[in-house]
Amino acid sequence: MKGVKNDVSVPAQSKFYQVKKNFARNWQIYVFLLPAVAYFIILHYIPMYGVQIAFKNFFANLGIWGSPWIGFDHFERFFNSYYFWRLLKNTLVLSAYQLILFPLPIILALSLHEVRNRMFKKWAQTLTYAPHFISVVVVVGMIVIFLDPTTGLVNRLIVVFGGSPIDFLTSPGWFRHIFTWSGVWQTLGWGSIIYLAALSGVNPELHEAAKVDGASRLQRIFHINIPSILPTIVVLFILNIGSFMTVGFEKVLLMQNNLNAKTSDVIQTFVYQTGLLEGQYSFAAAIGLFDSAINIALLVVFNYTARKVSGNSLW
Amino acid sequence: MKRFTLSDRGFDWINTIFLLIILVLIVYPLIFVLSASISDPQAVSSGRMWLWPVDITFKGYERVFANDAIWLGYKNTIIYTFVGTAIHLFVLLPCAYALSRKELMAKKFILWFILFTMLFNGGLIPTYLVVQSLGMLDTMWAIIIPNVVGAWSILVARAFFQQSIPDQLVEASKIDGASDFYIFIRVVLPLSLPIIAVMALFHAVNLWNQYFNALIYLSDRDKYPLQLILREILVVNQMQLNDPGGSAESLVDQVKTAGLIKYAVIIVSSLPLLLVYPFVQRFFVQGVLIGSIKE
Repeated sequence: MKGVKNDVSVPAQSKFYQVKKNFARNWQIYVFLLPAVAYFIILHYIPMYGVQIAFKNFFANLGIWGSPWIGFDHFERFFNSYYFWRLLKNTLVLSAYQLILFPLPIILALSLHEVRNRMFKKWAQTLTYAPHFISVVVVVGMIVIFLDPTTGLVNRLIVVFGGSPIDFLTSPGWFRHIFTWSGVWQTLGWGSIIYLAALSGVNPELHEAAKVDGASRLQRIFHINIPSILPTIVVLFILNIGSFMTVGFEKVLLMQNNLNAKTSDVIQTFVYQTGLLEGQYSFAAAIGLFDSAINIALLVVFNYTARKVSGNSLW
Repeated sequence: MKRFTLSDRGFDWINTIFLLIILVLIVYPLIFVLSASISDPQAVSSGRMWLWPVDITFKGYERVFANDAIWLGYKNTIIYTFVGTAIHLFVLLPCAYALSRKELMAKKFILWFILFTMLFNGGLIPTYLVVQSLGMLDTMWAIIIPNVVGAWSILVARAFFQQSIPDQLVEASKIDGASDFYIFIRVVLPLSLPIIAVMALFHAVNLWNQYFNALIYLSDRDKYPLQLILREILVVNQMQLNDPGGSAESLVDQVKTAGLIKYAVIIVSSLPLLLVYPFVQRFFVQGVLIGSIKE
């Protein structure tokens, strides 16, 4: 719209005429949008339209539109199913566990920021980023190797120190810890980048003034650095909340087996299993919809709270 | 005054030790895998090998390189990564540029149209049904197209264009009679190499490392990318990696070699990215940063 307004030489004209003129002059810019718009329509908006199968009994030969409506039957079946509470609990606990560890990259960034030796800092950064570039399949493969009950490094250490080997990967009690801490290993360094950048933007005059007042390094971290990057922290925290129910299920799927399912069964893996492996499309779509509805609700609530409390928010 | 410098030095020490511990925890598993991949399996399983290689052998790598499935997976991954990244740029760059131009009408609507997909999506099953009805099942396109571009990338690239392509430059070219196509290709893109590199690298890493789309959309083993082959070897333990000719080896030896192969295959699949990224690290860091400025 702004572009049109800039044409001061042209006297007031009808809106339609202005639009037509803009198109005539800038049609190529609209062509630039076409591939992306086509992609979003076909692979995002059509699936959103397809979400209606959650309220239908989907038959492939009748198509999405032609299949009969059945209302909330699939949701009721899910809520009343034996697995519902287990799935919900596993998903929430796993997400909450990861969320508790949210401050770790911040601590790493604060620590890296204090390093004066440039060489050391650069090496430390490069090495901590490395696991980010390893695929989730390889990470799970490494977990399997390291935790093997007989040949794995961890169990050999346990035996050396007089313990008896633990079969970590088939034990429901260990799943959450292994999943979460291997995630920390992989994302700790990469997650710190954004905070390091925020820290480098802190006004040096604040530090000078604090030094004159006799503040120690630790005091300056707590009273200058942390408050300065608080807006970044809040925004990233809300973004994390927005994917609260998603829990990195591609990795869960790789680590899951019948024996640890008691804790590793999460909503997203259940969607995969019932939908794609068992072919219950409508039922699985309903569960997926339930999952994203909770995500959106959490995002909206936390965004609202953050805006009220800290003045920082996504929108 | 002296008291403070002393406590500062103490702080430096503690901070350095803290970081060193973290570095050891992060790097040790990687070094262990690297060393184990060229050590005698006996030494690895008995605990004699704990940091540096012991009784060096390249048998694991010989087996990995003799395995056709791994080569084929490698080839497929390279193809998917290159084609996918090229299409990614083709979809992303023009769109982000158009959104950075002030002549564009209904910009707010288009931005919301794109951003909304970050907030809500149809989910696994409806997306699967669309991919299926497009006839992409069991083709390369099922790997490439469903995630060809994300709203986040578009925002980042748009922010870059807004900050670094001066309006006067585009307007001057227009006065000279250049079309928008010409300006984009001849003027804008040559000035945008950093963002192109950032976006291409991010997307290429994702394509190289993803397995889930391949898992759900591909059934023809000849089209499997490397990550699915790795899944079979490392996680599902279902792949036969034994010597095809091989009755010469005892069963015990075969089990040991299987362990060695796992280490070797981790290195073979991860090393390309781990070797390349330190040299392009600044691009990756820039990508994260441009993204954070905008939001």
